[in-house]
Amino acid sequence: MSERKTWQELELGLALPAATSLGYKTGGWRVLRPVWNASECTHCMICVSYCPDMAIPVRQTDEGVPGKGGRVFKGVVRLGTNLDYCKGCGTCAHECPTKCISMIREEEAEQAACKL
Amino acid sequence: MPTLQEIALKTSGADARIVSGHRMCSGCGIGSLIKTVLAASDKPVIVISATGCLEVVTTIYPFTAWNTPWMHVTFENAASVASGVEAAYKALKRRGRIDGDVNILAVGGDGGTYDIGFQALSGALERGHKFMYLVYDNEGYMNTGNQRSGATPFGASTTTVPAGKVSFGKPQWRKNLVEIVAAHRIPYVGQAAVHNTLDLYKKAQKGFNADGPTVLAVLQPCTTNWSFDSALTMQYSKLAVETNFWPLYEIENGVVHINTKPSNRKPIEEFLKGQTRFRHLFKPGNEHVIVEMQKMIDDEWVRLLKLEESGIQF
Amino acid sequence: MGVKKAITGAQAAAEAMRQINPDVVVAYPITPQTPIVEEFAEYVADGIVDTEMVPVESEHSAMSAAVGAETAGARAMSATSSQGLALMWEVVAVTPGLRLPIVISLVNRALSAPINIHCDHSDVMGVTTVGWIQIFSENAQEVYENLLLAIRVAEDKRVQLPAMVNQDGFITSHAVEPVEIFDDALVRKFVGVRSLDRALLDVEHPKSVGPLVLPDYYFEFKRAQEEAMSKVFEVYREVGTELSAITGKQYPFFETYRTDDAEAVVVVLNSAAGTAKAAVDAARAQGKKVGMLKPILFRPFPYSEVRDALRHVPVLGVLDRSMDFGAYAPVYSEFRNALWELDKRPALQSYIYGLGGRDIMTTEIEAVFEELLSGKLDPEHQRYIGLRG
Repeated sequence: MSERKTWQELELGLALPAATSLGYKTGGWRVLRPVWNASECTHCMICVSYCPDMAIPVRQTDEGVPGKGGRVFKGVVRLGTNLDYCKGCGTCAHECPTKCISMIREEEAEQAACKL
Repeated sequence: MPTLQEIALKTSGADARIVSGHRMCSGCGIGSLIKTVLAASDKPVIVISATGCLEVVTTIYPFTAWNTPWMHVTFENAASVASGVEAAYKALKRRGRIDGDVNILAVGGDGGTYDIGFQALSGALERGHKFMYLVYDNEGYMNTGNQRSGATPFGASTTTVPAGKVSFGKPQWRKNLVEIVAAHRIPYVGQAAVHNTLDLYKKAQKGFNADGPTVLAVLQPCTTNWSFDSALTMQYSKLAVETNFWPLYEIENGVVHINTKPSNRKPIEEFLKGQTRFRHLFKPGNEHVIVEMQKMIDDEWVRLLKLEESGIQF
Repeated sequence: MGVKKAITGAQAAAEAMRQINPDVVVAYPITPQTPIVEEFAEYVADGIVDTEMVPVESEHSAMSAAVGAETAGARAMSATSSQGLALMWEVVAVTPGLRLPIVISLVNRALSAPINIHCDHSDVMGVTTVGWIQIFSENAQEVYENLLLAIRVAEDKRVQLPAMVNQDGFITSHAVEPVEIFDDALVRKFVGVRSLDRALLDVEHPKSVGPLVLPDYYFEFKRAQEEAMSKVFEVYREVGTELSAITGKQYPFFETYRTDDAEAVVVVLNSAAGTAKAAVDAARAQGKKVGMLKPILFRPFPYSEVRDALRHVPVLGVLDRSMDFGAYAPVYSEFRNALWELDKRPALQSYIYGLGGRDIMTTEIEAVFEELLSGKLDPEHQRYIGLRG
């Protein structure tokens, strides 16, 4: 936690600049961690839509990435979970139609890796 | 037609109007709900929050998860504050002091909307301000630990109307907010649920683009206070729709249109089981509550179908 | 200089608002404030102003909408009284915390219960602690000028706090007096336009206004708010000097009337100060050396200036048009506080008068002077003027 401000240093009128919560890493809340198996992913975007913490980044790709069944998925694809913010709720794993996300305990995290 | 891919780009990128680092409970339905609604606006959005879960978890000084102009005043006045913002926008634009278009979004929980914020909402709708009112309905005052609201369903146990030896929980059904706001003759009101992202997004688009005040009521299962595993929020949202507990429908220019009609609606027990707030209903002696609940849901559904069929305009 | 019009205090407030031509006016009716917004609504309907007027459904929504509009970047005004102020109290407390320079007219009316639509100061005295600048007006002329002054003081960069301009319900708001209205162009130039520096509608610089603040920071925000209050004195003086150039009047924190050699002084706010001046003159005609002090700027309270003005006075009677049940009356309290530091303090007496619109007569104030000069005082117990029983 950074040094707290004095009253003289405060913003006028209780007005905060945008998006400062990016400085608060909620990943520390996790008890369970999602492990995403990209080779089984169809990039359907369901996990991305549902994630309450915006912890699944996406990118646009024309050349595409390999996924389930060896197919190439183009357009918008997901990337690895942003563990700085993921709270480990398990929604992504529960809702994934191909079951390519599993939840493991944080303590076992060393053994897990993003399998490609 | 929007796609989940387009929506994903909007909700995840640097321009996303709400970002990570907020203090929502793990698995909270509001996160998905609010990011989807915000993404549906093709103009910058000014957000006015009532006191409640969303406001508290997104703005604990000095952290804010909002990447769009946002303000909060008190509990009951999201709609009246929004009225003032809208009036200011009109005046300043007319006087040439600002340019560009914005959408104005007032957001409240069910407590801040069905109960304490009801008057302000009604007044704002009657005056015809151009804004959208979003209510994230978790069926109680959840930020303060599950107290009963006008949106709490029949038979639910809350801390202020708990189930006990001589009580089965809330003895009243809930208000029908959608019909109440439709009676204000507003151009659009939609009822959506957090799991159906595309339906929610399309309804939010309609709400933002209508020429007048609009309301979007979205069911948001609450993992902490309905009490179920944090991974099951979307599952409960689906069950709510599949049991006709929470029909997906809209009232556009006064005419009812039901979006989803389950061919074989699931029995209400499917929705109730696994939620601690309804656990008491499965104890002996409380069977009649579930029977009554099922009847209410079925009667309401038939009534809704008739409303749609009649083409009657609110 | 200006044009003299025969208008009521409410109309004088509306005239000031007409010249200010705010971006937004929020209106909800309550006696005796309603004529202000009714008058202004006619200006809107006739295109004399191009203000966006919002006829809300309660006073709570009125102050809420004003806060929304002002946060968005607009200049917003409103008016209320008594129960209306009480209903919006929650948002009235929020306004200075958000540092929003909203200016409203408060037409002073008694608080229920009993329900009473007439004048006393119980409404304003219930909100003096939350951080609004409080200015009091003896007559319609002062109402008009105080509103112009208030806008500039409130919106000053060093202040950024809301202001209430008080006037007595019915007595000032509904009685016709000659009021000099100054040139529209001069006044507009004086009032200026509100800066958009902090506007929430500035989408290029998105901000979050009104976050939750925990015990680690709440105290600091309130200290910053108090600092702004302390700046009001210097800003009020500067703005007053500027307004003097248009009106030819002075804008002191309080008015003193024949107090220089006074052996007894009464303190009175708002319209009864006019009555008190007549009583002073009558008493003086009988050879009694008496005077009157009329507070104008009540929050922030000018303790040291009041102390200097009254240090030579042997006895002071403070007339309060409200009570603080179980404690000393509010104006009396402030004056006791102000005089505490003196080695030789004036003798004090607290009087309660005029509750629920009960008239006060010059003869009654003359009787107060008699009592003050007689020395038969009881500073720890308030006395009641014109009370039966």
